[in-house]
Amino acid sequence: MDVRLSAEQRALRDTAVDLVDSLRPRSVADLGDSQRTAKLDAAVAATGWRSLREAGADGGPYASAVEAAIVAEELGRGLADTAFVGPTLAAELRRLAGAATADGAETVATKSDFSAVALAGQPATAIDGAGAAAALLLAGGELVQVSLNAPAEPLDLTRPHVPIPRDAAATPVGRTLTTDALTKWTALGLALTCADLVGVMRGAIALATDYAKVRRQYGAHIGSFQAVQHLLADAVVAMEGSRSTALHAAWAVDALPADDALATAAGAKAYCARAGRTVCETAIQVHGGIGNTWECLAHVYLRRALLSIDLLGGVGPSLERVLAGAGHGLQ
Amino acid sequence: MDFSDSPAEAEFRARLRGWLADNNPGLPASSTSDEYWAGQAAWHQALYDAGFFGMSWPVEIGGHGLPSVYEAIVDDELATAGAPPRPSLGYLVQGILHHGSEGIRRRLLPGIVNGRDRWCQGFSEPEAGSDLASLRTTAVRDGEDYVITGHKVWTSYSDAADWCLVLARTDPGVPPHKGISAFRVSMRQPGVQQQPLRMINGITREFGEVLFDGARAPAADMIGEPGEGWRLAMTVVSHEREPGELGYVARYRKAVKELAALVAGSPDDYGPEQRRELAWAMVESEMLRQHVCRRLSDRLDGSSGGPEGSVDKLLMTQVEQCVGHAALSVGGAAADDDTWLKLYLYSRAQSVMGGTSQIQRNLVATRILGLPAS
Ligand SMILES: Cc1cc2nc3c(=O)[nH]c(=O)nc-3n(C[C@H](O)[C@H](O)[C@H](O)COP(=O)(O)OP(=O)(O)OC[C@H]3O[C@@H](n4cnc5c(N)ncnc54)[C@H](O)[C@@H]3O)c2cc1C
Repeated sequence: MDVRLSAEQRALRDTAVDLVDSLRPRSVADLGDSQRTAKLDAAVAATGWRSLREAGADGGPYASAVEAAIVAEELGRGLADTAFVGPTLAAELRRLAGAATADGAETVATKSDFSAVALAGQPATAIDGAGAAAALLLAGGELVQVSLNAPAEPLDLTRPHVPIPRDAAATPVGRTLTTDALTKWTALGLALTCADLVGVMRGAIALATDYAKVRRQYGAHIGSFQAVQHLLADAVVAMEGSRSTALHAAWAVDALPADDALATAAGAKAYCARAGRTVCETAIQVHGGIGNTWECLAHVYLRRALLSIDLLGGVGPSLERVLAGAGHGLQ
Repeated sequence: MDFSDSPAEAEFRARLRGWLADNNPGLPASSTSDEYWAGQAAWHQALYDAGFFGMSWPVEIGGHGLPSVYEAIVDDELATAGAPPRPSLGYLVQGILHHGSEGIRRRLLPGIVNGRDRWCQGFSEPEAGSDLASLRTTAVRDGEDYVITGHKVWTSYSDAADWCLVLARTDPGVPPHKGISAFRVSMRQPGVQQQPLRMINGITREFGEVLFDGARAPAADMIGEPGEGWRLAMTVVSHEREPGELGYVARYRKAVKELAALVAGSPDDYGPEQRRELAWAMVESEMLRQHVCRRLSDRLDGSSGGPEGSVDKLLMTQVEQCVGHAALSVGGAAADDDTWLKLYLYSRAQSVMGGTSQIQRNLVATRILGLPAS
């Protein structure tokens, strides 16, 4: 056992840190800077990160879920407003369904509450839809594709989601997915949302800590008040615990049997989901009034966290999966 | 990045599992009865004699010189077997390893590691808790000895201990934390009186208070240099904050396993709220298990200690108290068998012992986040 990142994994992380830090939005106004978003999108496309889970020569993915999680964490930290989790999950679905790689930019569709992969004929929404022309969903267990036309809805200001009409025309893409394959896919999705949440927490903590070091009240930096310090210290603790679970969940996706991978990912998700919301709320609280304005990045972290929390199941469904995994599911 | 066993680790795990199948003494997971500590010494010695204790400590002191991650394997298997956790005295060992001379290390550590010498830790005093540097116990040189006078409190296992690691002031003329030295003091001498204290869960063998009135310790039993006591104490408490050093993951997972077995035994007796508390206890204890794997792996390149210990202490506390809540909910506060109530009550101490949670938060804020001291 050695759960340190390998030299290659550290190099991947360093590349991701550099890329994200040179092109991430540093203010809410930056979110509207289409030149910057185009550059960020092109830079991420050039890395090939969205193809990490495409099929390599042996049919397995090019890279393990750990590599994908490393990228997801850094993108979350930097509020990267470009698609990654969606296309990665789409590539995984295609690989598991034995389908060819997508022609254009593609993402996945979930039920409209984000809780599971979408089923044709039910209300659905394409997640992480920036730049995507189409989304994958299931029709009778088979993998199908629908095109995206509706305008994006911004719960998450960095990763718009796009509603899909019930009667959207679906084109077959691949063979029926096995239960095991869908279980693994869900585990990957949960592990990536955990990684995104860890990144979001790190970003939100950094934002709030920087503010606590400059904002003065009562003639002192607010970061010198114990009440503020303890909020931020608890945020660090929640983030570090989340990080340990997220790392293990990412490893489990490819290393453990499907059911164990899912139970592991669900435990991590319950932990990261609870922590993610609290940490982002803390970042708003530490900013005081400013934290409640549209112009403060704190709510952008919170909104991104809210989507990641709900994606493939938040606290409640994840705890149910944990109990089911341990043989205590509801009869 | 790999959470799975190497071939050597797998072989070790199998050997330990085989041994545990025949050698599980069946003690409770936590200090919930006075038998717990009585059974600890025999358990420690059995674990050591079978070659399953002190895996990552140096061979010279009775350890096995293996990579730190072997400790995680021990915790895993103890929990899986429902065996008691390994004795949590790594912090004492680390303190003496870092600050003791070669001679002290060779003379004192083997007996601690093999479980034949029982030690307690005399740091806290009635007027010096969080503010440990204000301690008043004194040690005055008298020939070849030091004479120790003072009052220690909350001293864990003081009734069973042969020796006490005492912090005492040797130089009143310098700033408080520079005038403290550390000693090994025999608990079996006329100048030492110890009285047990009763904990909120009713047990009387968890901690006590110790009065030193003219107790003697040979000067050769000073650990570290004169004035090094504060630094030694900081090493000890920083390791006392690390779940990987304490082996507490096994404690928590054993308790969670037992609670899960209750629910599995009669599922209809447990409602959604109880199942939810159980689920959180599973999630939290599993988190700590993975967190310890991460921290022990970080140590593979030789690093240890540091302010991250405060993060770990806060995580460990959250887990213990979450498991405590599950015990209260699933085990039941009013059950005839009050073991679970006692385990819950015991869990409240985790946010106090080894430095309170507020003190850990102060350390995280100032030393990790770089916020200005208040
Ligand atoms: C089960 C148990 C076992 C123990 N075992 C040992 C042992 O073996 N050896 C030993 O030496 N000691 C031991 N202790 C003692 C323990 O280390 C102290 O209780 C602890 O350090 C707190 O000191 P105190 O009790 O004096 O509380 P105080 O320091 O008086 O604290 C009271 C309250 O004030 C808060 N507080 C104090 N200062 C600050 C501050 N600067 N900022 C914010 N809040 C603050 C504390 O967090 C706490 O909530 C044990 C304690 C327990 C409960």
